Amino acid sequence: MQLKISGKAYIFGDNIDTDQIYPGRYLELTAKADIASHCMEGARPGFAREVKKGDIIVAGKNFGCGSSREHAAITLKEAGVSAVVAESFARIFFRNAINLGLPVITCKKIHDNVKEGEILEIDLSTGQIKNQNTGETYRGEGLSEFVLSILENGGIKPLFKERYGN
Amino acid sequence: MHALEKILAKHAAKDKVKAGEIVTCKVDLAEVNDLYMQVIESFNEMGGKRVWDPEKVAFVFDHYAPAPTIKSAANHKVMREFVWEYGIKHLFDINAGVCHQVMPEAGLIFPGMLLVATDSHTTTHGAFGAFGTGVGATDLACILMSGELWFRVPEVIKIEINGKLKPGVLPKDVILHILGKLGTEAAVYKAIEFTGDTVKNMDIPGRMVLCNMSVEMGAKTSYIKPDETTLNYLKSRGVDEDNLEVPETDPDYEYSENYNFDVSDLSPQVAIPHSVDNVVPVEAVKGTRVDQVFIGSCTGGRVEDIEWAYKILKGKKINDRTRLVIIPASRDVYLEAMRRGYVEALINAGATFSAPGCGPCLGAHQGVIAPGEVCVTATNRNFPGRMGSTGGDIYLASPATAAACALAGKIVNPVEYIEEV
Repeated sequence: MQLKISGKAYIFGDNIDTDQIYPGRYLELTAKADIASHCMEGARPGFAREVKKGDIIVAGKNFGCGSSREHAAITLKEAGVSAVVAESFARIFFRNAINLGLPVITCKKIHDNVKEGEILEIDLSTGQIKNQNTGETYRGEGLSEFVLSILENGGIKPLFKERYGN
Repeated sequence: MHALEKILAKHAAKDKVKAGEIVTCKVDLAEVNDLYMQVIESFNEMGGKRVWDPEKVAFVFDHYAPAPTIKSAANHKVMREFVWEYGIKHLFDINAGVCHQVMPEAGLIFPGMLLVATDSHTTTHGAFGAFGTGVGATDLACILMSGELWFRVPEVIKIEINGKLKPGVLPKDVILHILGKLGTEAAVYKAIEFTGDTVKNMDIPGRMVLCNMSVEMGAKTSYIKPDETTLNYLKSRGVDEDNLEVPETDPDYEYSENYNFDVSDLSPQVAIPHSVDNVVPVEAVKGTRVDQVFIGSCTGGRVEDIEWAYKILKGKKINDRTRLVIIPASRDVYLEAMRRGYVEALINAGATFSAPGCGPCLGAHQGVIAPGEVCVTATNRNFPGRMGSTGGDIYLASPATAAACALAGKIVNPVEYIEEV
């Protein structure tokens, strides 16, 4: 996995909960493409059609609060989102995202500084975020070695497959 | 160390752990609910060939019980076959109820244990002095393969609650009040311990409500020190008391934050749309039209909750423009409510009973709401679209408030509707 990511920012507010990221009525779906087609539908209908591979979600506080549903991380990853940068994350969402290899970066005040459509460059190891449009940089929290090691392996699944799978 | 740290230390085979440290712990019980077909998919993707300890795994079919669609039925089928193939000991099928109710009832929950489940409300089990936490599907699949999971040892927040609650004011009002004051982010990555006279005097169902909703403040887990009330409950559920090792918090443990709440003057509370911490006294929204009332779920579906509905509605009729859906949290709850005559009285009052499970709490089935409708519910979340249409409004309240709203057809203060308390 690349430690440097760049993409177009989509802006969301505080407390984007798992029902907004992936509405409960689709929870029975299991195919990744089906799950991807409802990405962020509760917060912004039409997002799944709009988002392009590599785009970045920028949000306020407590992104991913609510349910433990892994669909919330799956839908973002499969819809092409390359990273989520938020002022803070709910812990189960954070774990789910890392497990699936979706980078999540905590960065205070990111929400107030970035506008929709601006291009961000993220260095995952340092947490440094550069806004290509304004030239500004924001200091996010770098990911711990433990978390980076999971991301570098493409998520927890390849690691477990190597260790326990036959 | 805090009792919760001692639980993690023991399960990590370490003498000491401290907040912030990452430890790998052996798990005592792993539970999968029926939203999580993904557990099996992740297990297969990772090349899983055996389940580490089938005795320590439970599957609970509660979110889609009974199956409302062909797809959910097919998911159940695959999950049942997985349970049978791997010899998993505990299968709570569609006839059982909500995971956080059926596991304690089955005597599977005890103080000092480490429980991981695919459900955010696993914090509920702090009411029994257990370390219970929710994870997603792949984390759970990792446990099925290895019996272990990594944890960041959480800081612990102490919330002390004192004062005698006024008649008609319930534990749900207490936790809504606290949520309103502290907000949805107060405990992200942290644990919450509830203590104080109010908690000490609360029964197990009341304590479960506090712990259940601690996740709405972001808590990883919650904790109430086990006492006689806890032990009596465990005994009634067949837990072997003699083999219990109940960890105690060291007297010099320093909590990351301390909060004190005096609830002696508290009135019934309501979380108004669309955030759990958007809490006001019920009087502030009095008169709002109500289309549906729901009493049920892992927060508000126990016998004591249905009893409140019975106290308020027996011999009366609900408003003819309002629907009342009641879903007992488990088969045992349903049977007890029947034995006590609550079910008959409430059906006569106009209530609709559905099969034990989660149903409308997450908008799956058995009573979702339409655009423009208002629902007053004894459940735990009022996110947009949580119970059906994103155009619906959800108000969280106690089961007493919910029942009174069904009677009046609008939001009212339940205290005015309680004849004998």
